[in-house]
Amino acid sequence: METNTKRRRIKDLSFWEKIYIPEIVKGLSLTLRTMFKPKFTMEYPEVKFDPPASYRGRPVLVQEDNGVERCVACGLCARVCPALAIEIQEAETNLEKERYPEKFEINMLRCIFCGFCEEVCPEEAIVMSKDYELAFTNREDAIYGKDKLLVPVKKLQDRIDFLRQYK
Amino acid sequence: MSLLEIIIFALIKIVLIVGVMLVSVAYMVYFERKVSAWAQNRIGPNRVGWKGTLQPFADLFKLVLKEDIVPDNADRKIHTLAPVIALLVALSTYAVIPFGPELKLGSYNIPLLVADVNIGVLFILALTSLGVYAITLAGWSSGSKYSLLGGIRSSAQMISYEVSMGFSVAGVLLLSESLRPMAIVESQYGWMWNAFIQPIGFITFLVSAFAETNRLPFDLPEAEPELVGGFHTEYSSMKFAGFFLAEYANMIIASAFIVTLYLGGWQIPYIQELGLSPILETVLCFGAFLFKMALLLFFFLWVRWSLPRFRYDQLMNLGWKVMFPLSLINIVWVAILIMIFGL
Repeated sequence: METNTKRRRIKDLSFWEKIYIPEIVKGLSLTLRTMFKPKFTMEYPEVKFDPPASYRGRPVLVQEDNGVERCVACGLCARVCPALAIEIQEAETNLEKERYPEKFEINMLRCIFCGFCEEVCPEEAIVMSKDYELAFTNREDAIYGKDKLLVPVKKLQDRIDFLRQYK
Repeated sequence: MSLLEIIIFALIKIVLIVGVMLVSVAYMVYFERKVSAWAQNRIGPNRVGWKGTLQPFADLFKLVLKEDIVPDNADRKIHTLAPVIALLVALSTYAVIPFGPELKLGSYNIPLLVADVNIGVLFILALTSLGVYAITLAGWSSGSKYSLLGGIRSSAQMISYEVSMGFSVAGVLLLSESLRPMAIVESQYGWMWNAFIQPIGFITFLVSAFAETNRLPFDLPEAEPELVGGFHTEYSSMKFAGFFLAEYANMIIASAFIVTLYLGGWQIPYIQELGLSPILETVLCFGAFLFKMALLLFFFLWVRWSLPRFRYDQLMNLGWKVMFPLSLINIVWVAILIMIFGL
């Protein structure tokens, strides 16, 4: 039977590895080759990242072509939101859809971009957009009302198609 | 030349060297960041000035504007003294390294080095070893365990590398039969560079120089992942900048010293036989010196971004069991060369 003691361990170095220099040359040549390879850096403010449809940016409300939001103010998104970021005040109209959110606010300081609101929405009314440039200078600015949340449906077609396929 | 003229020329050379030194230190920092970026497929600093060339000055202004913090446990005097020692050593060592042959301007023969002293090599070895006091004192006076560990490591590292460094230099001295840097350069006429004649000594000296300047793979006194910042953990503002400057200045000195000892100094092989005008020859030689230095400095940066840090015990092993015997073998090798070929 073969004993373990005679087996060569992986961490045992060969003679050429022990004298370091060939290994050092190998390492140096690798870094030198890397120096001439194309760079990965995206120079951000000038060049912007265009995210794929699966990207979860800031949640927005879908606005139909006639200027009315799809949302029926059912409150499911506010209920499911783990960070309690959504606040809705519903109201009624004379339109066919009868209900609409009088107030729809998302606190972007609380939002964790989990996408639960989008998943739970029965009307496909709230979706995650590709917008990732979210910067505010005070807490009040971070609460996005309907003025900032409503986005025309054309701009969100990408995401809606993605949701229909994979949700 | 009268005494006055000698003093004036020396002063001009000192001002020039210190100025060039400080500017090149600034740009070493810039190139360090650039090389690190290239080695990692990044672009590196490119915002301040054209292609980021003003970045080092932006960094400097940032450091000047920072608050200077001294910890409660620190020994204030020594804490302040340490970066001063580091800078003093780093800026004064360059005095004896020749960066070109004699410049003939009109009736003047100006040697292109500040002080042509007979014991130049000893002077450099002595001063660069002093640099370790800066680090050890900084580590000790900070009153922080991480700094102290960094300082201790620095002195242990110095002891194990200074020996092989000294023995490697001995090989060069056997051939040049002088401690004058100018004589050492002149002894490497043509292609008789010490790097080719005694490759083992060249490698041991190069490795020791890396250890001496605390550069990776031997930056144990700093060792960011283990010791926070090592000896300069408790330093901020201009005191930190002092250490930072000294580190890069030491790199420049180390590469100038290596060029002088092993790569033929400012010599271009057989340039004398081309029959160029003396001034052009001097300028070309000066250019050759800068070129060799630049290559070595790039090598310093390149190694930093390629190799991982040695462990403490591995470093001691390498210093005492590998480098030290190798440098002794080198001396024997040079002695044999002298005996047999009468070099």
